[in-house]
Amino acid sequence: MGEVSLVDVSKQFTSRGSNPHTVFALRRVSFTIRDGEVAVLIGPSGCGKTTALRVAMGLEQASHGHVMVDGREVHGCGHDRGMVFQHAELLPWLTALQNVAFGLEMKGMRGAALHDTAMRYLELVGLKDSWNRRPHQLSGGMRQRVGIARALAIDPKVLLMDEPFGALDAQTRESLQVELLDIQARTGKTILFVTHDLDEAVLLADRVVVMRDGELQEIVDVALPRPRGDIGALRSSPEFGAIRYRIWQALHQAPAVVH
Amino acid sequence: MVDLAGQNLSLDAAVSRRAKRRPVPRWVITCATIAAFVLAWEIFGRDVNPVFGSYPSAIAVAGWELIESGELGKALLESVQPFVLAYALSIVIGVPLGLVLGRSRVAEAALGIFVTGAHAMPLVALVPLLVLWLGLGFWVKVAVIFLMCVFPIAINTWLGVKVVSKSLIEVGRAFVASDFVIMRRIVLPATLPYIMAGLKLAVGRGVVAMVIAEFFTAISGLGGIIINSANAFDTARMFVPIVVLMVLATLLNALVGAIEKRVAPWQAEMAAHD
Repeated sequence: MGEVSLVDVSKQFTSRGSNPHTVFALRRVSFTIRDGEVAVLIGPSGCGKTTALRVAMGLEQASHGHVMVDGREVHGCGHDRGMVFQHAELLPWLTALQNVAFGLEMKGMRGAALHDTAMRYLELVGLKDSWNRRPHQLSGGMRQRVGIARALAIDPKVLLMDEPFGALDAQTRESLQVELLDIQARTGKTILFVTHDLDEAVLLADRVVVMRDGELQEIVDVALPRPRGDIGALRSSPEFGAIRYRIWQALHQAPAVVH
Repeated sequence: MVDLAGQNLSLDAAVSRRAKRRPVPRWVITCATIAAFVLAWEIFGRDVNPVFGSYPSAIAVAGWELIESGELGKALLESVQPFVLAYALSIVIGVPLGLVLGRSRVAEAALGIFVTGAHAMPLVALVPLLVLWLGLGFWVKVAVIFLMCVFPIAINTWLGVKVVSKSLIEVGRAFVASDFVIMRRIVLPATLPYIMAGLKLAVGRGVVAMVIAEFFTAISGLGGIIINSANAFDTARMFVPIVVLMVLATLLNALVGAIEKRVAPWQAEMAAHD
């Protein structure tokens, strides 16, 4: 099982300084990601999508409302959720293998099992041969693969991904998108994925959660068959275009009523 | 056409000439300037009244006498022993202090001002008080050197912790690492380059502290030889421990640099890649 819900979550920040005022990063956001589903959070910068993900991870505490994983309320971070960071955030003094092992060690794994499990996940992301390299010896795409392996290795119920491919060049991004689809198909992981890239959203998602100004604008179903197959053909298909346009419309609707 | 061919020929020749000329290694240049400096000093130093100055060959002779009599070895030991102990103590206390200051808001607010204040204060001024407390022997030297070394180490560590990327700490939190594990596995390695820079600063300050302590407490060690020789107007002899101290401090700095490459190799590798 791997079902995550945000239940009536609000998050407010109080800005300090001469003119303190309260800003709502999230306002009464509720949604549920079903087991095995890929949900994409999309919206312009400052819409609260990353905050929603961070609240789901437990890195940020909700000012109101709560987070449920498989029907149980969770507080703070947990091994039931695995985080993939925007810029991979590998520990620069560790090798690729040690970076993957880091999460497992925190889960209490030791010895041969630790090594074997970390290696298996490096293999899953196609980096078995680079196990001994340090992050600065890896390309941006390879680093993010290690980041994905690190999060997957702890076998979380849900994978939370914060614009993981945003900083990569177009070709690397595309190959990682294909790979993520493949990994998701093999592992059946529930994934919550944040992006501001419309194509990426349609390509990866079962459902796209459109956000604006800290509020949930709309949830769009992506009725494309899985596996997604040849993504080049998929991208140019009319169905893809139609869904893409549907999300575009949701993003560009008249602003929500001012509270 | 002929002209053009001729030009090409000369260009080829120039390129091959340049390719053949190897750059002079850095150490050769360094050795040459040292040799030139020593030579100039030798030539012009001889004209100076031996009370007011000296020159390399006279210093070498004085140095040899000090070595033969065993005085230099004894003084070196007297100086190095408290230095090593005090330096080790400043690492053992300075690094954890810096880590705590950098990570704990309360500790920073409560103790930060004392650390910056003590670092800024001319600690030499405390020597008379330390002598009252600890006498004139070994321990007062340890105290003076410790006080001069511990603050640059603590402050550098503290500064290093402050600039550790928040995201790296979040990696620890996301994988449910305890505060202690985050400190040991993420903050400490990320801060190592700053700590090593602090250790290098502390070497310089520690050597200064060592000599000051030897001037103001029981006249002993390398500083003792300096004072006694100066009082006897034996300037050549006075220069011997100065040269030894300079070499010692340089070697210690090189040692810390070598340790840095061992414990934080990724830093040098990253710099080479950028």
